[in-house]
Amino acid sequence: MPLVLTEQQGQLRDSARDFLADRSPVSRLRALRDQRDERGFEPALWAQFAEMGFTGMRVPEAHGGLGLGHVEAGVLMEEIGRHLVASPFLASSLAVTALVRAGTEAQKDQWLPGLATGEVIATLAVDEATKHRPSAIALRARDEGDHFVLYGHKTFVLDGHVAGLLVVAARTDAGVTLFLVRAATPGLRVERSAMVDAHNAARLTFEGVRVPASAVLGAAGAGGPVLDAVLDAGRVAVASELLGIADEVFARTVAYLKERHQFGKVIGEFQALQHRAALLLCEIELARAAVLKAQQALDEGLESAAELTAVAKAKAGSAATLAVQEGVQLHGGMGMTDEFELGFFMKRTRVLQELFGDDSFHADRLAHFRKY
Amino acid sequence: MDDLTGFRARTRAWLEQNCPAEMRRPVTSEDDTCWGGRRWTFASPAQRTWLERMAERGWTVPTWPREYGGGGLSGEEAKVLRQEMRALGCRSPLDSFGIWMLGPALLKFGNEAQKREHLPKIARGEIRWCQGYSEPGAGSDLASLQTRAEDRGDHFVVNGQKIWTSYADKADWIFCLVRTDPGARKHTGISFVLFDMATPGVSVKPIVLISGKSPFCETFFDDVRVEKHNLVGPLNGGWDIAKYLLTHEREMIGGIGDRASARPLGATAASLVGVDERGRLDDPGLRARIAAFEVDEAAFRAAMERAADLARAGQGNPAFSSVLKYLGAELNKRRQELLMSAAGSDALDWESERTRHGALARSWLRSKGNSIEGGTSEVQLNVIAKRLLNLPGA
Repeated sequence: MPLVLTEQQGQLRDSARDFLADRSPVSRLRALRDQRDERGFEPALWAQFAEMGFTGMRVPEAHGGLGLGHVEAGVLMEEIGRHLVASPFLASSLAVTALVRAGTEAQKDQWLPGLATGEVIATLAVDEATKHRPSAIALRARDEGDHFVLYGHKTFVLDGHVAGLLVVAARTDAGVTLFLVRAATPGLRVERSAMVDAHNAARLTFEGVRVPASAVLGAAGAGGPVLDAVLDAGRVAVASELLGIADEVFARTVAYLKERHQFGKVIGEFQALQHRAALLLCEIELARAAVLKAQQALDEGLESAAELTAVAKAKAGSAATLAVQEGVQLHGGMGMTDEFELGFFMKRTRVLQELFGDDSFHADRLAHFRKY
Repeated sequence: MDDLTGFRARTRAWLEQNCPAEMRRPVTSEDDTCWGGRRWTFASPAQRTWLERMAERGWTVPTWPREYGGGGLSGEEAKVLRQEMRALGCRSPLDSFGIWMLGPALLKFGNEAQKREHLPKIARGEIRWCQGYSEPGAGSDLASLQTRAEDRGDHFVVNGQKIWTSYADKADWIFCLVRTDPGARKHTGISFVLFDMATPGVSVKPIVLISGKSPFCETFFDDVRVEKHNLVGPLNGGWDIAKYLLTHEREMIGGIGDRASARPLGATAASLVGVDERGRLDDPGLRARIAAFEVDEAAFRAAMERAADLARAGQGNPAFSSVLKYLGAELNKRRQELLMSAAGSDALDWESERTRHGALARSWLRSKGNSIEGGTSEVQLNVIAKRLLNLPGA
């Protein structure tokens, strides 16, 4: 595949961009934050996501969705990043990937249609410690024949306080196992944490949560490869969001360089600033190419997809981090004010860097894949 | 799509059958590749065979038209060929400034006679070209060049000096920027001419670099006769050709960040330094630096691929070559620094057979020129600021 968006993908980008610019500019996120909204997202906007077909984007057509790929999901995620949209799209997409990948027909029939319409919000519960370490899952699931009992805790669960369905990574005697757990199950405590970026995550405590054996996603002990696939889908999606942030902050910064006057000229005439802007362009171009390459590889099921995903997440993370840092610095004092929007982008970038592994984590993974 | 699948299968089969095993080993240095020319001595029979077989199919220049010695492949087919060559580890059969720089310029600006005369010899590796651009007083500010060509009716007489002429001492012909109208503003009085380095009045003096090698020369022109039919494009219209060619030069130098047949750095370093009980490179700091480098290198490869795909889709921007040149040059310098760290004191031996006369150290030192030649990194950032960001006064 050429590393260029197809015509349809370009149209999707344009319609998503226009829609979100109109319906969900950064001021909406500010309002959610300032009003301490208990959901942390706008249900009305989510309903429009459904009307636009976004909620069902990754759900197969047989289950009421559009059956689109990682490239298309990435196109939407990039626009979500550009406008800092708070929505459960990413969280629900993770559960969709898990169900499509490993769900039984009954599980798919039960959950995918609701996910496609947006009526069901779902999420993935994987992290347990302060850094992303999916190889160190400790949450226990005790096999008691026709049911399992879960003990342990999860943290950094995206939109965990509003999700009706949780895909929980646990450890059984057979190995890593994924469970479909309803939020209302007795013994499960959900504690919302409003994060630095005005988005939401939750801490979950499992104090003997009893789920039927039919809640196992795929087979007990076979959750490792499924979790890898779900995480990689999440990683390229997050990389796209980071790319959207980097691109938007960069555009705002370059525009500012062309309008701000000091010493009797626009500051964009100063070579010291021109070179910083040019360097940033190079970094963002690297990230853009790496992200599209990984998405295509995932869609085509290539063996190199995991390696390319590590590259994409690492590169998008470091490029966006540079973009927001330079953005604030080059905007001067204005960049430091809460009134200006740059801070929102910086905070979101920090969260997305941590989410599913930061640039160091993914560089380490690349080294691991390449056996050194 | 089906056509491409068939082409891929046929290409792979042909490469498997025709690429000698020796030509599937990683390239170890710039000296380890085939450059061709009248005075070329093949490093091995395999090197000759590989060049001849590829040239026969026009695959030294896959996208050039067949009538000029090319393969006549579409952009998509050429990409498949590159991918298949990479998959099998096939070396490039021929490296040359004729392929990378002059050829594209002649295809765009040359007349029919010039194309028929020069392109097939480039494609077959018969004539090796060098580039007469920089002068002692015209480096980053290239358009201030002073080498003059006086009009003598049916020919020009060229006088002046070039510097940093890559491989002028090994080249057969030169493509050269000369001033043909000293009265005009600096960009408008320049012409683009071709001539044989064996012409009386041409002399060459290699410059010894910090690597101890002399890839660059000073080149002197003393009343050199150049026939009028060797003027490419219009008289005083050479700057447009020069700029066009520079974008190709930038892509070429950028390409050193993407040496298809170079061995991955991490694996090389692990074999040099050793690994711990978990199989990890036994130097955590170096391992982290190499991994960060490999992230950037992989992203750069994707960016190169994307730039070519965008160009094919008609969405390219010529100034993007400055992005690739900047990134490729800086990446190669990082690679060479990391290689030196990985090789440790073994890499410091300058003269022994064991280190192939300090090959690694010499490559490391040579790489420092990557961000100077073909427009410095700073000039590339200027071009990006001006042409891609439209910043004022850039």
